Amino acid sequence: MTTIIKTNNPVEHDYYKYHPMPEISNWMAQVAKDHPDVVTKVEYGQTYEKRTISLLKIGLNTGENKKAIWMDCGIHAREWIAPAFCQYFVRQILQAYKTDPKMQEMLKNMDFYVTPVLNMDGYVYSWKDNTVSTRLWRKNRSPGPSGCNCTGVDLNRNFDANWGTVGVSFDCCSNVYCGSQPTSEPEAQAVTYFVGTRKEDFLCFLTIHSYSQLLLIPYGNPNFTAPNYNELMEVGLGAADAIRRVHGMNYTVGTSPDVLYANAGSSRDWARTQGIPFTYTFELRDKGIFGFELPEDQIKPTCEEAYSGALHIITYAHDKTFSGAVATAAVTLWTMLAIFLVLMCVL
Amino acid sequence: MSLRIIVVLAVLTGVTGSPGVMIRPEADPADMTAHPNSVPETVEDSEIYRQEVPVEEEAEEDVMATGELKPNHYQAQRAAKVVQHYLNTHYGSPFRLFGLHKVNSGNAEDVADSGRKYQLEISVQEIISNTTENCSAEVLFPRGEQQRSPKVQASCEELLKINSTAQEEALFQKYKTNQRLLSAQNLPDSYGHIEPDSEPLWHLGIVASSFVMLNESSENTLYNMAQVANITQLATENELLKFDCHILLHEMVSQEIVHWKLLFTWSPPEGVKVLQMEQLPHCQHHEKPPNTN
Repeated sequence: MTTIIKTNNPVEHDYYKYHPMPEISNWMAQVAKDHPDVVTKVEYGQTYEKRTISLLKIGLNTGENKKAIWMDCGIHAREWIAPAFCQYFVRQILQAYKTDPKMQEMLKNMDFYVTPVLNMDGYVYSWKDNTVSTRLWRKNRSPGPSGCNCTGVDLNRNFDANWGTVGVSFDCCSNVYCGSQPTSEPEAQAVTYFVGTRKEDFLCFLTIHSYSQLLLIPYGNPNFTAPNYNELMEVGLGAADAIRRVHGMNYTVGTSPDVLYANAGSSRDWARTQGIPFTYTFELRDKGIFGFELPEDQIKPTCEEAYSGALHIITYAHDKTFSGAVATAAVTLWTMLAIFLVLMCVL
Repeated sequence: MSLRIIVVLAVLTGVTGSPGVMIRPEADPADMTAHPNSVPETVEDSEIYRQEVPVEEEAEEDVMATGELKPNHYQAQRAAKVVQHYLNTHYGSPFRLFGLHKVNSGNAEDVADSGRKYQLEISVQEIISNTTENCSAEVLFPRGEQQRSPKVQASCEELLKINSTAQEEALFQKYKTNQRLLSAQNLPDSYGHIEPDSEPLWHLGIVASSFVMLNESSENTLYNMAQVANITQLATENELLKFDCHILLHEMVSQEIVHWKLLFTWSPPEGVKVLQMEQLPHCQHHEKPPNTN
């Protein structure tokens, strides 16, 4: 019997199929190897089952402290389209970097930190067999508290942001069990530590999920409004327009309590409380026909539209931070010239 | 002449004193508060949280919304989803399936002692022919001690003109005259795939589960069918086809997967009729990690 050895060469890696965890890990190593000037694989934590959580850091090494974009996929195990998108996103920015001056500028000014699968234990579990009890798993795989017969904490209710206040359950068997305390889970700890120690650097925090076709802005607790709510909505609506232009799909923009349900302890809310200005949850396709089991022939169009949306937000955040100084100087000069001319005539 | 130049220079110096503040206040680093990238819009906004924002429009959006609803908000969306389930129970078939496309407008009011009534203008998609039409609908969520099913009235004339009779008859005959009883599992499978021959069974599963989803819906739920775990044709002596199926529903608000067993019949003239439905307990012991890897 012949054994086929997969090289996971990024050229051969099929971005339009779902991949099990070992293939994704191999792919990450390969991407870093193939683009040593712009890509580094960074290990930043450990799951309950002792898997190493890694991200790809993508950006030009300028030797300076750079601004950053965060993207995580696969907080919820069954949302397979999300890790697929993270892989596509990496491929896409690396491809654009070759020819697109705008992407070159952004990779010079910023680093992208992309975690293709955050909840690795859950993701592995969802690949375990073809039964629904594994494929539709959501939480991580940490054991329940003593006396509890069930496994897992909902990582997107475990972050320290209004933890335990709304849209959660303290029943350890519940799919929205928020854990024994904020950031009790190693996967949430990894993100909290990595991003938390660099929070001033981050312009964007994008967390990718499915399904429902939504762009969600903070906060999940309806009693709190983000200070930049108006801007988050405006940029979100711009992203939804960009998405619609790709394949005509409608993504609704709003806070979770408005367009979906109230919830506390999400990674997005935590990021916003750290002061990261542009924090969004992407809920990708579809709207319920296939749900979590999105057909592989929809991976490509879903990734294309989501990329457009993410890029809109990222570009806005970048331009606001980096073009501002240039624009300001230009406007100042023109103003000075205008005043000079007026005064020369008047006096 | 030299006075002119001095005046001009003085004015220009004044102008260039703080260009950032004049033109792009947000970009001024001196204005940064808790985070270098944060964008305070007003002095108040520099707080990370702003509690209890008293915005006029928010007053309408309290716990139970009344009056005009925002079409994209959860209240109208959940009620509209109930209309989708209703349409599928009444008019669904292997060749006619409805999905909620969009809510155009919505209104909610309390009906004394009865419950809460939603009036909706929605657009509904017939999934197989990929046509979309507008519908008007009313959904009444009953109040009361017992959880009772919502009552729906819907008017979707254009959509119901879609003629699937010929295909239904052909399929019906094919299934009736089959040598073996049909059976399928995992529709869709883990990769979202459904064998073409199994698609009509998947559609039947969606229609049958719509009876459950309609029955179980409330203002606090949003149901979709996640998977047909198993669907098996049973022998009958009458003019109907009969099926036994195990379906999985995804309830969005709780994020739970709920298992149901259904016994139902189908024929083109009668549509799908559910004979028995039973919720199955969630297999707790499946969730424990194995002892060996």
